[in-house]
Amino acid sequence: MTEKRLAPTFLLLDLRDNVLISAGAAYAGMIVAIDGRHYTLAQDIALGHKIARTALCLGEQVYRSGFPIGTVTQDIAIAEHVHAHNLTSNYLPAHDRASDSHNGFGS
Amino acid sequence: VSARSRFPAFLRQDGRKGIRNAVLVIYLVECAHHVARRIVSEVGDHQVQLIGFPGCYPNSYAFRMMEQLACHPNVGGVVIVSLGCEGFDRDALANAVSASGRPVETLVIQHNGGTRTTIAAGIAAVDRIRAAAAQVERTSMGLNDLIVGTICGGSDGTSGITANPAVGHCFDLLVDAGATCIFEETGELIGCETVMAERAVTPDLGEAIVAAITKAERYYAVLGYGSFAPGNADGGLTTQEEKSLGAYTKSGARPINGLVKPGERPGQPGLYLMDVVPDGDVRYGFPNIADNAEIVELIASGCHLILFTTGRGSVVGSAISPVIKICANPDTFARLHDDMDINAGRILTQSASIEQVGTEIFEALASVAAGHSSRSEELGHQEFILTYKQFEPSGPHCLPRHVRPVGRVT
Repeated sequence: MTEKRLAPTFLLLDLRDNVLISAGAAYAGMIVAIDGRHYTLAQDIALGHKIARTALCLGEQVYRSGFPIGTVTQDIAIAEHVHAHNLTSNYLPAHDRASDSHNGFGS
Repeated sequence: VSARSRFPAFLRQDGRKGIRNAVLVIYLVECAHHVARRIVSEVGDHQVQLIGFPGCYPNSYAFRMMEQLACHPNVGGVVIVSLGCEGFDRDALANAVSASGRPVETLVIQHNGGTRTTIAAGIAAVDRIRAAAAQVERTSMGLNDLIVGTICGGSDGTSGITANPAVGHCFDLLVDAGATCIFEETGELIGCETVMAERAVTPDLGEAIVAAITKAERYYAVLGYGSFAPGNADGGLTTQEEKSLGAYTKSGARPINGLVKPGERPGQPGLYLMDVVPDGDVRYGFPNIADNAEIVELIASGCHLILFTTGRGSVVGSAISPVIKICANPDTFARLHDDMDINAGRILTQSASIEQVGTEIFEALASVAAGHSSRSEELGHQEFILTYKQFEPSGPHCLPRHVRPVGRVT
């Protein structure tokens, strides 16, 4: 059995934050320490991506650097990836390559 | 580098000082683009640069921008290339350049016998303009004469924790040294309006900033989405306001002295926000179709130099003013180091501090201002975009005359 590896650093940018930022590529199965407890990453987390510092509920605000960056769209467990599948803007919708380029000319 | 450092400069008739002495070849409609490009490529001199406007319909924003760019302190002379029937007022542009004390010649393809003869005439014109531009008076300038712009492109989850705050620290050093700094893209500051308003030197300016961001939000909402590219999401950014928050840190911590629109110049040193979103109804599409459109607007407002932060890895430079690239992401730096001036990813990988990297940017900027090439200049990048827009002039609250002295926000 392979030894479980510790994930690279996750940054807490502000004490009020409920997400942590990956400071280097981390992979599913790695162990991450959050506020003194250990969790196993369920997904790969690329550099610059976010994981939940606390359990987050539908409708809750996500804070980064002490500022709200959007609303949770489905419950998120501690150490789970926080991204477009479970977090949405309070201002404007984001878009991806697929949403625009296959819908005729502009949209 | 200290606040009193001096470096060589070119003195213009209006008293402004340049750090480069470029000769611009300007096409006034896409139909003249090929001829102008051939003139520039035949001459083969990095300081002979191609810029232009593609549209045939006249546009007062485009004219004002072109006028400011042709009379920019980094520009020593101009060759205008017109097809002949386009809407752009070539005589008014030539008159403005001439009135600024710069040598200028105009070539009209329809009057000049077509492509081949106009290219030949253009090469000869560039030679004359280059020789005349070389006669410009030399002087020296200090950091207090410099106008520096900043922009981010290809942002990712690292931008807001490495390169952007490091540029913010550099901006603080520059403002403290008496320089003028401009940050921009009101559409990429959606969500930051309240904190920015609190930094404004007057309450009226604070209200003007909030109004500019509200305008941006409405404009982008009509278009259907914000200034958020697929690569931003690949790099870990999820929402517009998360991207905004990272972008905002480029502004540093000093008070905001004013709000300018593209082509308007800050009157006195300090920190300024540029409002790049058009006024009135949504008419010409996206406010800025790509990063270089924003760079051109910063330059039209007088920027001598641009600090460009990137996470995913932009490689662009610009005509007229040198672009210094600060790479936020250490993995990107490893892949694209030849294009990058500064590795801000060291904040993540080598425990460099934001202040250390900010000071490194400040020193690189002083070196490029003194005549050393930035990486993008070295590689020959001279991108340029100018498209249709409309703006009302800024109101009186945007550039307060009586402001408290520049200093730390307490």
